[in-house]
Amino acid sequence: MAVVRGPKDLVAGLMFIAVGILAIVIASNYTLGTAARMGPGYFPRILGILMIVLGAIIALRSLRLAGPPLPGWKWRPVLVVLGSVVVFGMVVNWLGLVVSTILLIVMSSAASTEFRPKEAAISGVLLAVLAVVVFVIGLKLQIGIWPGSR
Amino acid sequence: MDLLSHLALGFGVALTPVNLLYALIGVVLGTLIGVLPGIGPVATIAMLLPTTYALQPVSALIMLAGIYYGAQYGGSTTAILINMPGESSSVVTCLDGHQMARKGQAGAALTISALGSFFAGTVATILVASVAIPLSELALKFGPAEYFSLMVLGLIGAVVLAHGSLLKAIAMIILGLLLGIVGTDVNSGVARFSFGVPELTDGIGVVTVAMGLFGFAEIISNLEVSQKREMIAAKIKGFFLTKEQFRKAWPAALRGTALGSVLGVLPGGGAMLSAFASYTLEKKIADDPSEFGKGAIQGVAGPESANNAGAQTSFIPLLTLGIPENAVMALMVGAMTIHNIQPGPQVMTSNPALFWGLIASMWVGNLMLVVLNLPLIGMWIKLLQVPYRILYPAILLFCSIGVYSINNTNVDIMLTVFFGLIGIIFVKLDCEPAPLLLGFVLGPMMEENLRRALLLSRGDPTVFFTRPLSLVMLLMAAALVLIIVLPNVRKTRAVAFQEEA
Repeated sequence: MAVVRGPKDLVAGLMFIAVGILAIVIASNYTLGTAARMGPGYFPRILGILMIVLGAIIALRSLRLAGPPLPGWKWRPVLVVLGSVVVFGMVVNWLGLVVSTILLIVMSSAASTEFRPKEAAISGVLLAVLAVVVFVIGLKLQIGIWPGSR
Repeated sequence: MDLLSHLALGFGVALTPVNLLYALIGVVLGTLIGVLPGIGPVATIAMLLPTTYALQPVSALIMLAGIYYGAQYGGSTTAILINMPGESSSVVTCLDGHQMARKGQAGAALTISALGSFFAGTVATILVASVAIPLSELALKFGPAEYFSLMVLGLIGAVVLAHGSLLKAIAMIILGLLLGIVGTDVNSGVARFSFGVPELTDGIGVVTVAMGLFGFAEIISNLEVSQKREMIAAKIKGFFLTKEQFRKAWPAALRGTALGSVLGVLPGGGAMLSAFASYTLEKKIADDPSEFGKGAIQGVAGPESANNAGAQTSFIPLLTLGIPENAVMALMVGAMTIHNIQPGPQVMTSNPALFWGLIASMWVGNLMLVVLNLPLIGMWIKLLQVPYRILYPAILLFCSIGVYSINNTNVDIMLTVFFGLIGIIFVKLDCEPAPLLLGFVLGPMMEENLRRALLLSRGDPTVFFTRPLSLVMLLMAAALVLIIVLPNVRKTRAVAFQEEA
C-alpha cells in the first residue's frame, strides 16, 4: 500500500511548503503596501505564495510519479566535517591560525574511513605553515598567528 | 576601427606586469582545481573572493575569470589520463579521450584538447568583444519592466537548459530569491528575515552561500563514497598529431567552437552544456559513429573546443546585461559588487579599462594555458597521486579561512556550516543548488525593478505585457517552459497509462 511513489520529491515539496509558510509568517510583520507603492512585505509574500504553490505541486506529483527512494544518511562525514569547521570558527580568534589549523585538519581528517592520525598531524603542521605564509604574510589578512595575539 | 581601438585599450591593461601575474595565478589555480576532483570553480572562486578586496578590481576579475576557463583545461587532463572528469564539463572527454590514452595516444589527445581550447578561446574572445557594444546599447534602452522580464527569462532559461526536475529548479530559484532579500530593505530600512542576528541585517554574503552549498556539501558527499582512482601511468609521448588525426580533428574543433559560442551565451549555458551538445553533434555527423567511445579524436576535439568557447561566451550576458547565467557568473557579480561595480551595460562606458582589460585578459590567459599546460602535465600527475583523505581537509581549511576573512567574524563561518548542511539535504533530495545561487544574486535586483516598474505604471501589472520588449522576453520564457513541459506531460501520461494497463 505504498501511496508515495517518489519519496524524494515528497520531502522536497514539503520542505518548500514549509519555507513558504515561514516566509509569509515572518513577512506578515512587514508593511505590505500596494502594488504601486510596495512595502518591504510585498515581494517576500509573493515569493512565499509561489514557494507554497510549487511545493504543493511537487509534493502532489510525488504521489503519482515514481521516483528514487530516499538515500541513506551517513552521519560521520556530515558531523565531523561541519563540526570541525564550527570548532575552527570558535577558536580562530582566540588560539590563532596555527593552532586552529592543526585542530581543523586533524579533526576533519577523521571523517574519512581511511583516517591515519599521524599523517593527519603532519599534514596539519605543514598546512599551518603554508596558511601563515600565504594568508597572513602574503595576502596580509588580519588573522592572529599565535594564541592571544589578537 | 572601433573594435580594434577597444581591444588595444584592453591589451594595454591586460599586458601590464601586475595583471599578467594575476592572469597567470588565475589560470594555474584554475588548472590545478580542474585537475583535482572534488573541488570545482564555484567553490574556488568563492574561496578566493574575499582575498581580492585589496586588489585592483580589474586584477581581481582577471584572476577569477582565469580560474573558470583554466579549470576547463585542467579538467580535460584528468579526463584523458585517469578517466575521471576533474570538472563536470569534461565528462564527455572521458569517453574518447581516455580511450585514446589507452591506445597510447595520450599525447595526441592532450595536444588536440589544448589546441582546440586555444582556438575556441581566441574566437570566443573576439565574439565577446564584438557583440558587447551593440548588446549594451540595447540594454541601456531597458526600463525596469524590461529588466524584470529579462531576469525572468534569464532565470527560466537557466533552469530549462540545466538537468534535473524543472519544477524543483524553479522552486530553488524562488528559495534563492527569498534568501537574497535577507537584510535591510533599501527603501524602508526594515531589516527583513534577520532573525535578530545583527550580522544578517547586512544580508547574506554570496561567498557564504556558494561555499556552503558547493564547497562543504561536495566534500561531504564525496566522503560518503569511497574514493578509488585508477591511473593510466603509461608514459605520455608523441604530442604531435598525425596528418590523419589532424584532418579529422580540425573540422570538429571548428564546429565545437561555433556550437559552444552560441550555447555559452544562452542562459543556463556555459561549458558543460556546450561540451555535451558538441559530442552529440560529432557522433551524429561522423562517417563512422561506431568509432566513438573507442578513441575517436573528433570526440575530444569537438567537446574540448566547445567547453572553452562556452565558458568564455557565458561572460557576455554578465558583462553587457548584468545578468549572470550560471553559478560561476553569479559569483562574478559578487566580485564586482565588492569592488563597488554594479554589473550591467553601464560598466563598458563607466569603466572601459576594466571591461576591455578583462576581455583581452581572456585571450592572454588562454595563450598562457596552451604554453603552460603541456609542460606541466607531469606535475599535475604527481598531484593526482595525493589521496583524497589528505586533500579534503586542506580544501576545508582554505574554505574556512576564506570565509573567515570576509569580515573577520565567526558568524560567517557558522552561516557557511548552516548552508553546508542545507546543501547536503539538497544533494539527498536531488535539488540542484545552482539555480538557488542565481536567484540569490538576482533577488535584490528583481525586487527593485519590480517595484520601480509598478510604481511607474501606478500599480498596473499589465505593464509587463504592454511594453513590446518586455512582452517578447516573457513570451520567450513561457515558450521555453512549454518546450520542456510538453514532452514531460506526454511521458508522464505514458508512464501512468502503462501502469494502469
